[in-house]
Amino acid sequence: MSVQASPTLFMAAAAAVAARSDVVTLKRVARLHVWTHYGGLGEKCGRVRCCWAIGPGWAGTGASPPRRILSGRVTAEVIEHLERLALVDFGSQEAVARLEKAIAFADRLRAVDTEGVEPMESVLEDRCLYLRSDNVVEGNCVEELLQNAHRVVEEYFVAPPGNISLPKQDEQQPFSHN
Amino acid sequence: MAAPMLRGRCLGRCWALACIDSGSRHGRGAATGFTSSGKRGQSFVAQQPLLTAQKSRKGEHKWAAVVGLEIHAQIASNSKLFSGSQVHFAAPPNSLVSFFDASLPGTLPVLNRRCVEAAVMTGLALNCHINKKSLFDRKHYFYADLPAGYQITQQRLPIAVNGSLAYSVCVGKKWRQVITKTVRIKQIQLEQDSGKSLHDELRSQTLIDLNRAGVGLLEVVLEPDMSCGEEAATAVRELQLILQALGTSQANMAEGQLRVDANISVHHPGEPLGVRTEVKNLNSARFLARAIDYEIQRQINELENGCEILNETRSFDYKLGCTVPMRDKEGKQDYRFMPEPNLPPLLLYDTASLPAGADPQQVINIDRIREQLPELPSETREKLIQQYGILPEHSFALLNEVGLLEFFQNVIKETRAEPKKVTSWVLNIFLGFLKQRNLAVNESPVTPSVLAELLNLLDRKVISSAAAKQVFEELWRSKGKTPSQIVSERKLELMQDEEALERVCHAVMEGHPQVVMDMKRGNPRAINKLIGLVRKVTHNRADPTVIKEILEKQLSS
Repeated sequence: MSVQASPTLFMAAAAAVAARSDVVTLKRVARLHVWTHYGGLGEKCGRVRCCWAIGPGWAGTGASPPRRILSGRVTAEVIEHLERLALVDFGSQEAVARLEKAIAFADRLRAVDTEGVEPMESVLEDRCLYLRSDNVVEGNCVEELLQNAHRVVEEYFVAPPGNISLPKQDEQQPFSHN
Repeated sequence: MAAPMLRGRCLGRCWALACIDSGSRHGRGAATGFTSSGKRGQSFVAQQPLLTAQKSRKGEHKWAAVVGLEIHAQIASNSKLFSGSQVHFAAPPNSLVSFFDASLPGTLPVLNRRCVEAAVMTGLALNCHINKKSLFDRKHYFYADLPAGYQITQQRLPIAVNGSLAYSVCVGKKWRQVITKTVRIKQIQLEQDSGKSLHDELRSQTLIDLNRAGVGLLEVVLEPDMSCGEEAATAVRELQLILQALGTSQANMAEGQLRVDANISVHHPGEPLGVRTEVKNLNSARFLARAIDYEIQRQINELENGCEILNETRSFDYKLGCTVPMRDKEGKQDYRFMPEPNLPPLLLYDTASLPAGADPQQVINIDRIREQLPELPSETREKLIQQYGILPEHSFALLNEVGLLEFFQNVIKETRAEPKKVTSWVLNIFLGFLKQRNLAVNESPVTPSVLAELLNLLDRKVISSAAAKQVFEELWRSKGKTPSQIVSERKLELMQDEEALERVCHAVMEGHPQVVMDMKRGNPRAINKLIGLVRKVTHNRADPTVIKEILEKQLSS
C-alpha cells in the first residue's frame, strides 16, 4: 500500500482557482477546508482510492486547536491512529515520508490570508443541483459487476469477516496483504 | 407491534411503575401538564419520571432515564437516492445495483427528485422548518457493504430542522385519560442506505449484497425527551403511522424500512446527564421498548454497584433479552466528514421565491407540497372522536391495525346501528377473531357489508346480541352465507310472540320455586338467574329486557 500525492479534490480546488483568478475566489477556495491526505484503502476492491481527513479550518472558523499533523512531522502515535481508522498499514518509513510530503503539499493553502472571507461550500456552489425523475433506468447487470470481484459466492461479493481491528505489531498480518 | 398508546405493560419493574404514575406521586404535574400545540419551535422540557432502583430503600436513590432516538426510514421511491436502479425488497442479490451503487470509478451521483419531495413532506408533517438551502456531506467509514468508503448524508445543513412529534399515552385507572406528549425533532436528513452483509462465520467470510446500497433514507433525529422504552416505542409507532399516511416510507420494521438506534443515559434529577450508551439496530417494535428498558436498568445497576458507564455502542440480543457491547468499534470513531464535492447545494423554493420561468421539473415548491399533505393520524383520530363520539382510546385502536379504520368506516356507511355499537363490535369481536387466527384485516372472511347487515338485524331487534355473536361465528365458518340466511336456518330470530314467551317464563318460575322465593325476599340478583334460565330455554332467542318485564309482571301479579 503506498501513499500517493496528487489528490483529486485538491486538484479540483486548484483548477477552480486557475479558472477564476480573482483574489476573493482564491481566498474562498483556500477557506474550502483543510484537506489532509493520508493514504487509502485500495487493494481489497482492486483499485486505489484516496482517503481524506478534513480539519475544521483555522483562524476564525472554530475553537479547535491546531492539529498535531500541522507540524510537518507525523508522529508514530498519529500514524497508528490513522492506521486504525483506515485499517491500512503504512508499512515503511518511506510511506510515512510520502505522507508527510502530501501533507506539506496541501498545507500550502494556509499561506492565503482568508480573514473575513466566507468559506466556500463547494466549487460548484453556484450551480443548480440537477433533479432526476424517479424512474428505474439502471441495474440488472450483476454479471458485469461481479467481474470486478476478487471472490464471488453465488451472486454475492465475498469480503473478509466484519471489521477486524488492526493486529498488534508483533502479530501483524494486515488483510490488504492477503 | 407496539401499541400506539402507552400502557402499563412494564409494571413488573418498580422504575417502570414510577414512569407511569410519576406525575401524581411526585407532584411534578406530568400527568396533566401536557398539551400539544404541535407548533414549531415550541420549547418542551422533558418530563423525567423518577426511577427507583430495585435495591434502593425508601426512595433514597431516584434515577431519571433520558432516551433519544435516531430513526432511519427508507423512502418509498421507485429508484435509489442518487442512481436509477430499482428499490425493491428481497430481489436476487446484486440485481438492483448500478455502477454508481457499486462505486465504480467515474460514476457520479444524480439526485432523485422524489426523495427530496418525500423529505420535505415528512418535514412539514413533523412541524419542521424546511431549509431552503441544504448541503450534502461525505461520512467516511470502512465496511464491506459500503463500497465507496463513505456515505453521502447531510451533516452540516440538513433539509429539515426543529420539528416536533406528538404521541399519546394513556394513564388513569382505566387508561381512560389520554395524555399527549411531545418529543422535539432535531433534524431530518437525506442519506444513502448501505448494502447488506451476510456473515458466514463457519467459513469466516462475509457475503455482500448491494441491492440496498444507495436507497434513499430519511434520518429523523429525536431529541432526548423520552424517559422509558414504552414512550420511545409509542413515539416510533406514531412516526410510523405518519410516514405511512404520507406515503413517504412504507415503514415496515420487519423489512428493515424503519430502523431505530437509541441513545440512553440515567442520572439523578437535578444533576448533569449521565454518560450515554447507544443501542444500535432496534429493528422490531417489540424489542425496542424491551431493549431500552433493559439498558436503563443495566445502567442503574452498574451505577448502584459503584461501576462506571462506558460511552459505547451496544446491540440488543433478542434471544437473551439483554444488550451487549459491539466489538467492531474501538474507541471514538472519526467519520472525517467533508463536503460532498460532486453535489452543489440543494435549493428549495416557496411560491414567493420561485424563479420566473424555471423548469418545473427542476424546482421544488415547498408550498405546493404543503398543499398536498394528506390527513395525519392525529387529525383522523380527532375526526373519529368528533364524528362518531367514540372514546379516544378506541380511535387509537382503529388506526393501529392496517385496514381496520377503512373496514370500520365501511360498516358505519351501511348500517343503522349506533357508532358506539359498531366500534365495540369491530374492536372487540371482529378484531378478537382476527387476532385469534393471526389474520390481517384484509384476510377476513367477513366483509364490512356482511357485518353491517348483521348489526342491522341486531339494531332492528330481529336477533339478540348473544344470537348475533352466534351468527358472527357462523359467518366466519361458512363463507358466502348472509346473516339473514343463517338467522333463518338456525331459527335465531327473537321471539316476537309475547304470549309464547309468557308461557316459557311461567314454566321456568314454576320449575324453580327456590329462586322465586329468593327474589320475593328481595335478592336483586335472583331475577338475573331467572332471565338466564329463560334465555337458555329459548336458545337465546328472547330479548332479555322483554323477559325481565314479563317476569316482573308475573311476580307482582
